[in-house]
Amino acid sequence: MRIFRGVFAHTSGRIGGAIVALYLLLAFLGMLGLTPHNPLMQYRIDRLHAPDGAYWMGTDLFGRDVASRLMTGIGQSFTVAFFSVAFAALAGTVLGLAAAWFGRRWDGILMRIMDVLLAFPAILLALLIIAVAGPGTWTSIVAIAIVYTPIFTRVVRGPALSLKAREFVDAARTFGSSPTYILTRHLLLNLVAPLTVQVTLALAWALLTEAGLSFLGLGTQPPAASLGLMLSDSRNLMETAPWLMIFPGVTIMISILGFNLLGDALRDILDPRMRRSIA
Amino acid sequence: MNYLMRRLATFPLVLIGVSIVVFVAIRMVPGDSITAMLGTEAGLLTPQQRDALAAYFGIDQPWFIQYWHWLLGLLQGNFGISSTYGKPVLGVILERFPLTLELALLSMIIALVVGMPAGVFAATHNEKLSDLGVRMIAMIGQSTPNFVLALLIIYTLSAGFGVLPAMGEFSPLWQDPLRNLGQLLLPAVTLGFAFAASVTRISRSAMLDVLSDDYVRTARSKGASARSVIWRHALPNALIPVVTLSGIEFGYLLGGAVIVEQIYALPGLGRMVLDAILQRDYALVQGSVLFIALNFMVVNLLVDLTYVALDPRIRLREH
Repeated sequence: MRIFRGVFAHTSGRIGGAIVALYLLLAFLGMLGLTPHNPLMQYRIDRLHAPDGAYWMGTDLFGRDVASRLMTGIGQSFTVAFFSVAFAALAGTVLGLAAAWFGRRWDGILMRIMDVLLAFPAILLALLIIAVAGPGTWTSIVAIAIVYTPIFTRVVRGPALSLKAREFVDAARTFGSSPTYILTRHLLLNLVAPLTVQVTLALAWALLTEAGLSFLGLGTQPPAASLGLMLSDSRNLMETAPWLMIFPGVTIMISILGFNLLGDALRDILDPRMRRSIA
Repeated sequence: MNYLMRRLATFPLVLIGVSIVVFVAIRMVPGDSITAMLGTEAGLLTPQQRDALAAYFGIDQPWFIQYWHWLLGLLQGNFGISSTYGKPVLGVILERFPLTLELALLSMIIALVVGMPAGVFAATHNEKLSDLGVRMIAMIGQSTPNFVLALLIIYTLSAGFGVLPAMGEFSPLWQDPLRNLGQLLLPAVTLGFAFAASVTRISRSAMLDVLSDDYVRTARSKGASARSVIWRHALPNALIPVVTLSGIEFGYLLGGAVIVEQIYALPGLGRMVLDAILQRDYALVQGSVLFIALNFMVVNLLVDLTYVALDPRIRLREH
């Protein structure tokens, strides 16, 4: 509750939160099929129809309603982003805690593996994974999750190491608490703040990476709608039907802006030391 | 062992790890490399011919022997032969690298020239309307994917001014510098925009931190002018995070701006990797991914060394 109150009291938090809430609502409506038109239906007679009362954001080359496709596209992009960040956060937390808890050899081995993964630029590692597994939604989820796992591992391992050396952890050990209890109650609970900030910022990166992969034709495959794919399809029709480029482009931009603003606000609220330096 | 020594000691280990990941990943691609090389003609091979080819390319050996041979080849500069270009992989990579390097440098120059003064300006006008304006623009810049910006630039140019970015055959810098800059300016602006936004945010926060330090207060109390306090006393210390960020971003750009190179039809490293993946040119994918990862690691190491040089406190810190 404290976090929610903090977000509402913070200007960036309010704007970011409102944007994310609006996108979630649109995605939810799109998933329920509550769109102005069927996003896959081709209204051939209305191909490349400019935005008006019937088609709020116009139609594409096949006569499909852009607004409806955007709603389902937001759902698709958010699904990929949420699943990939959830997997990355889970794997990164487990690996980070394991590295900090077991220390020495295990810490060395795990962190060198993470260093290897961090040695690849993110999009390149994602491309390499897609080259192995073939393009598609689930491949994108796995690729993005693998790319961001090392970041979560580092975010968890550092604070977990210092928490492990604190007196209250020694006290818990002395009182006979099990390692699982100490890891979950004493270490993990104290890591919720940095993890929350990291998850929010990682969602912005994941949306960006998903849109990039789909733009290159290596993410979501047609006829399913995704923001990056819609933008890519608009390239050859930019002059005759600019709405095909403008609406998906602005939609991607605002979604990333929403998560960035929310992430900044959360960092501000959960880490008061950062408050002064947040730009 | 201090930080610098540890960083240098782990470098070869990580490099070997990277080469194993690349090698194993390529071998996990569905289908065998003989089919990838010969295409549909592979179906005409008899089992004996296929075995003979497998023995010739050494792919009948266990993976660790294959890896060892590949590693020895790499050490001698032999990255294999690209099936798309019919040329040695290293030669194909080195043909494209100057463009990627030039694009990365231009983007970094744009980012620093725009981002640093904007960050300093925002910090010295903290919490004023102008600071809010700079912060808003920086936040929007950071949230704009480069492919969205690239399309918006192309659309604005073509719809508003009736011109298109200079595409066509790429002219290297040493052949036709003007045409070269004309071809690279818009891609560099596209990449430099988000980069400048990050530089603005980090320089602003670093300047705010430094401006509240005791030595800056001392300089002010000694009667130093506002300009001298900002440029002579505060800025050099605020540069450390800017150098780190710029180095990391530059390292990313050296990996090739895959999407921007694709949109502006530039024959750089990023577009080459993408084409190699789409055309299943595995030798080229393997060689170029390793080359890019190596570049990225070297740049990150140089950033760390610069960081240590700029802030000697890190040199002796235990990690």
